[in-house]
Amino acid sequence: MSVNDQAAVRFNKVSYANDGHQILKNITGWFPKGRITTLVGPSGAGKTSLFKLCNSLTSPTSGDIYIGDKKIESYDPVELRRMVGMALQNATMIGGTVMKNLALPLELQGKELPVETAEELVKVVGLDESFLERDTRDLSGGQRQKVSIARTLVNRPEILLLDEITSALDRVSQQDIEDLIVRINQKYGTTMIWITHNLQQAFNVGDYTWVMMDGELIEAGESSILEHSKKERVQRFVKGQVE
Amino acid sequence: MSFLTLSITLIFVIIPLILSKTLKLGLEKDTVIATIRSIVQLLAVGFILQFVFDSENMIYILLMLILMIGAATQNARKKGAAIKGITWKLVGTFIFIEILTQGILLGLNITPATAQYIIPISGMVIGNSMVLAILFLNRFTAEIENHQDEAELILSLGGTPKQAIHKQLITSIQASTIPTIESQKTIGLVQLPGMMSGQIIAGADPIQAVLFQLLIIFLLLTTAVVTSVMLGFLSYPTLFNERMQLLDLRNRDSK
Ligand SMILES: Nc1ncnc2c1ncn2[C@@H]1O[C@H](COP(=O)(O)OP(=O)(O)O)[C@@H](O)[C@H]1O
Ligand SMILES: [Mg+2]
Repeated sequence: MSVNDQAAVRFNKVSYANDGHQILKNITGWFPKGRITTLVGPSGAGKTSLFKLCNSLTSPTSGDIYIGDKKIESYDPVELRRMVGMALQNATMIGGTVMKNLALPLELQGKELPVETAEELVKVVGLDESFLERDTRDLSGGQRQKVSIARTLVNRPEILLLDEITSALDRVSQQDIEDLIVRINQKYGTTMIWITHNLQQAFNVGDYTWVMMDGELIEAGESSILEHSKKERVQRFVKGQVE
Repeated sequence: MSFLTLSITLIFVIIPLILSKTLKLGLEKDTVIATIRSIVQLLAVGFILQFVFDSENMIYILLMLILMIGAATQNARKKGAAIKGITWKLVGTFIFIEILTQGILLGLNITPATAQYIIPISGMVIGNSMVLAILFLNRFTAEIENHQDEAELILSLGGTPKQAIHKQLITSIQASTIPTIESQKTIGLVQLPGMMSGQIIAGADPIQAVLFQLLIIFLLLTTAVVTSVMLGFLSYPTLFNERMQLLDLRNRDSK
């Protein structure tokens, strides 16, 4: 991460415990603004838990989180969550049509989503307008993920957290989503943080990479660290993934 | 009816005992316990009621109401153990529903302000309120656990706690009140309501008994809906903290 980059999110000695169970341990690091950072690590490493801290669905047990240059607690939770959007791991949908789901973020503010905006959004994520009237239960996994991302975009977030959105998808849909992530990043300048199981994706799409294990941040830097890291745990993790 | 006649009716206890014994149903012990408990408990209530009616002292009526509310709270609170301060939320709900119903009944001179009316009606109201509270709390805690994803989704998109829990709240209110409303649709067709039957047996005019039963039905409609709504709106804020974060129900269960 170059010195010229500004931090979109910064962690200072952040720990998080739940029910006596230490989930995140003394995390210090940052996500650069306007870039794509991938977050890799075995399942159970604490990646999702880290995301929930970033948009204040939970709070750290100790340590400080900064969004931009202000402490996370100084934001109103509602404002913060609109600014730091999150697409959940399982692309949870409320019942009903794609349109209804896309309209949800504005509905929560008592506003309506104009049909033109909805049409534009489905196109941005690579679906066509006819999807707006489809029931979300009839969508494939990839289509649901796309709708979930489009729905998060309605709030025009400055930072977008994407949680394993491609894990359950076939190769073609994965490629689609990869392209989409790059497209959104370029079109809106959105800071993207993307949890992925697939190291090849991290390598190809991410500008930067964080490697997490057992609640710790064990490596962070340009994505090439996945190949060049001197740390034995990182090497072992990368090898285990490649084979 | 005299105690002597009552003792003859024990035949109705002996029949199931004999059946259980010969068919090895294993119901003897529970049947005997149930019989003894119902005799002791109801006779105790009978003597207490007689005393309260005779004394015509408001203090005793109040005491009985406090007892009822205490017992109802004790029964219902286990179902809502995951909700902070559930005991006081239940007490508040029961007191409110009691004041609301008696306020209207006594205030508009619908029933006289005597122990003979206040106590049985309050018993029915508080008893039903308790059942509703249990139904509601059961459903609400299940809804929250099963739909945690949706609540988190709404919060993560910038929704308020109320918006995040709205669907679960409404579903639980509906689910808990529907049985009351449904059962009233068929009332009288198959089974005469217990209180009405009792009045008719005791010699009351059937139409009078029906009018009184209707009053109770309407009362129980209010009781059902008000209990669920009030408990719901008292409970949901405790599921979140001041940072609008959904607290983990399971973790608080274990404490
Ligand atoms: N609500 C919770 N209560 C207790 N433990 C949890 C909770 N959520 C996650 N965990 C635990 O925290 C650890 C990290 O989980 P998570 O952040 O989901 O990891 P990842 O997303 O990297 O797979 C796991 O061991 C998981 O079992
Ligand atoms: Mg995860």
